[in-house]
Amino acid sequence: MDEPDVLRLVDLCKSYNVCTPVETEVLHNINLTLRRGEFVALIGPSGSGKSTLLNIIGLLDRPTKGALFINGREVSRLDDAAITKLRGHSIGFVFQYHYLISAYTALENVMMPMLVDQEFPNDQMRVRAAHLLAEVGLTQWQDNLANNMSGGQQQRVAIARALAINPVLILADEPTGNLDTASANGVFEMMRAMNRANGTTFLLVTHNMDLARRCDRIVEVIDGRISAQPAAA
Amino acid sequence: MNHRAPFEWIAAIRFLKEGRMQTIFIVTAVAIGVAVIVFMSAMLSSLEANFLKRVLTSQPHIQLVPPDEVARPLRRYPSGDVVATIYQRPAQRIRSLDQWQAVTRQLAQWPEIVTISPVVSASGLAIKGAASRSIALLGIDPAVYFKIVRLPDYIVAGQARLLADDIVIGTDLAKDLGVALGDKIIVRAGTGASVVLTISGLFDLGNKGANERSTYVSLRTGQALSGLAGGVSTIDITVEDIYAAEDVAQAIQAATGIEADSWIKTNAQFFSAIAAQSNSNTLIRVFVALSIAFGIASVLVVSVIQRSKDIGILRAVGTTQGQILRIFLLQGGLLGFLGAIVGAGVGAGALVLWHGYLRRPDGSELFPLVLEPSLLVIALVLAAVTGVAAAAVPALRAAKLDPVVAIRG
Ligand SMILES: Nc1ncnc2c1ncn2[C@@H]1O[C@H](COP(=O)(O)OP(=O)(O)OP(=O)(O)O)[C@@H](O)[C@H]1O
Ligand SMILES: [Mg+2]
Repeated sequence: MDEPDVLRLVDLCKSYNVCTPVETEVLHNINLTLRRGEFVALIGPSGSGKSTLLNIIGLLDRPTKGALFINGREVSRLDDAAITKLRGHSIGFVFQYHYLISAYTALENVMMPMLVDQEFPNDQMRVRAAHLLAEVGLTQWQDNLANNMSGGQQQRVAIARALAINPVLILADEPTGNLDTASANGVFEMMRAMNRANGTTFLLVTHNMDLARRCDRIVEVIDGRISAQPAAA
Repeated sequence: MNHRAPFEWIAAIRFLKEGRMQTIFIVTAVAIGVAVIVFMSAMLSSLEANFLKRVLTSQPHIQLVPPDEVARPLRRYPSGDVVATIYQRPAQRIRSLDQWQAVTRQLAQWPEIVTISPVVSASGLAIKGAASRSIALLGIDPAVYFKIVRLPDYIVAGQARLLADDIVIGTDLAKDLGVALGDKIIVRAGTGASVVLTISGLFDLGNKGANERSTYVSLRTGQALSGLAGGVSTIDITVEDIYAAEDVAQAIQAATGIEADSWIKTNAQFFSAIAAQSNSNTLIRVFVALSIAFGIASVLVVSVIQRSKDIGILRAVGTTQGQILRIFLLQGGLLGFLGAIVGAGVGAGALVLWHGYLRRPDGSELFPLVLEPSLLVIALVLAAVTGVAAAAVPALRAAKLDPVVAIRG
């Protein structure tokens, strides 16, 4: 295949408290590949290592061993400045809690990754952010401060924000875990629509099997190992 | 680097705005500190300026005076017997400075000296009919003396003209004697000499004692009245740099052997008071700055903890450690700066109010108001710098925050 995979993990391990008596390995030899445009669910029991894995993939944390390729480039040994820049340019995040920065409006939250990226053209930021907010159906909310919005609305803003710099990969750690069923459904559908429309790759941690089954593929982590990769229905 | 409104500035301002209570409280604390400093510093410079103004317009910077007459008691016979252990200080006659014309010519060559004014002083009585008042007579050369004491500025009637039979007196003396401009009065000196002089001008020095006692006559008339024909009792001098007056005085003394008293020596008490005051002022400034710094630091330490999720999100979307660092340094600087603006305003306002409130009975100001813009600018800059410095520790903590930990909250 000419085009490199969006993400490839090779024998990736993660230990906490390295070089101490309580050193514990929580991820063991993880091998995982995500192709462009895939929409993948990451499931597993509590404490199995899903968040740890997601943080490593999102370049917020570093693996103890193994290799991590993003768009075919090995990135696990880059220095902090380079990692930060790569993260800003290639990865979008949607978190379970504390979705937005409350001191900023919805529109500004969506603009945030572009504001941080000093190279993004000035005049396009606002237009793009407004367009993304329109896509998640929140145009009339764009000038509201983030904490005046409902959880579902905030999570939709977070999705718009994750898309702002057109990342190759969006990581969502239980994005619907804190929402009622109807809102969860809406947020999930929104991400699925973005995935279909833009071809953005998604990796989504969820405890909700209904949602997981509606993904392209399910990856299950048990005790820090990938146990099975059953194809979705 | 880039043309857009810097991301760090906006973030810093937003965070301060959102933490409204904390911001208001710490800005108030900074403002109080800065107001105290501004008020105190301006007060001190006002006092000093007031004093300098007085010195510069009414006192010579250096005065050459004749040596004291000393008694030389015979204390021992060759045998060793002590015959006199108590002696009295002799009465000080009015005496002339030795060689004053030569000294004047010599000092005129000194570049650091601006004005040299020979003065004859004597005491006497001013008599008009049955009224008489005791007066202090100053015989002066108006051409040079008025450069030291700006008498013409205080003339309220007539002019500061001093021909041989002119006298310029104060308004209160004129009232006491019942005389007016152009009237003649008899002046009798302590030596017994007396002359009839015409009042050519009346002055008001703003001081009743001076208006009652001080009188000015020409140098020659003064010499005649004091019995110092051709002599002078002091030489008044002004210098280029008033703060160098003491050095110049010592140089004069070394060069001429005549005792030279500088205004600095004469007013030593005032100077040590000012010095003590500015020392304690500096101490207070340092401690106020320290307490401002710790106040800002503690607010920001709390803010970093409160904002750790925001910091995590910012890091997740690509904010660098440097940007996070600057966001918090800027918050510190802004808190200091905002507080200083409010404080400088309050301090200056209080000073103006206080200055307006403290007035002499006649409504004139008690001291000149010295509020230099540089003081305010320095206060603003220092407060901002203090704020940035105070923010260093919390800002470093924020920058070093592990994003994973920050997001987990
Ligand atoms: N900083 C840390 N130090 C030590 N152990 C940690 C640390 N962070 C996580 N762990 C451990 O790593 C394991 C995996 O945790 P992780 O949060 O990735 O699980 P998870 O699958 O996301 O669970 P959940 O579904 O509850 O979110 C857990 O046993 C946890 O205790
Ligand atoms: Mg988790």
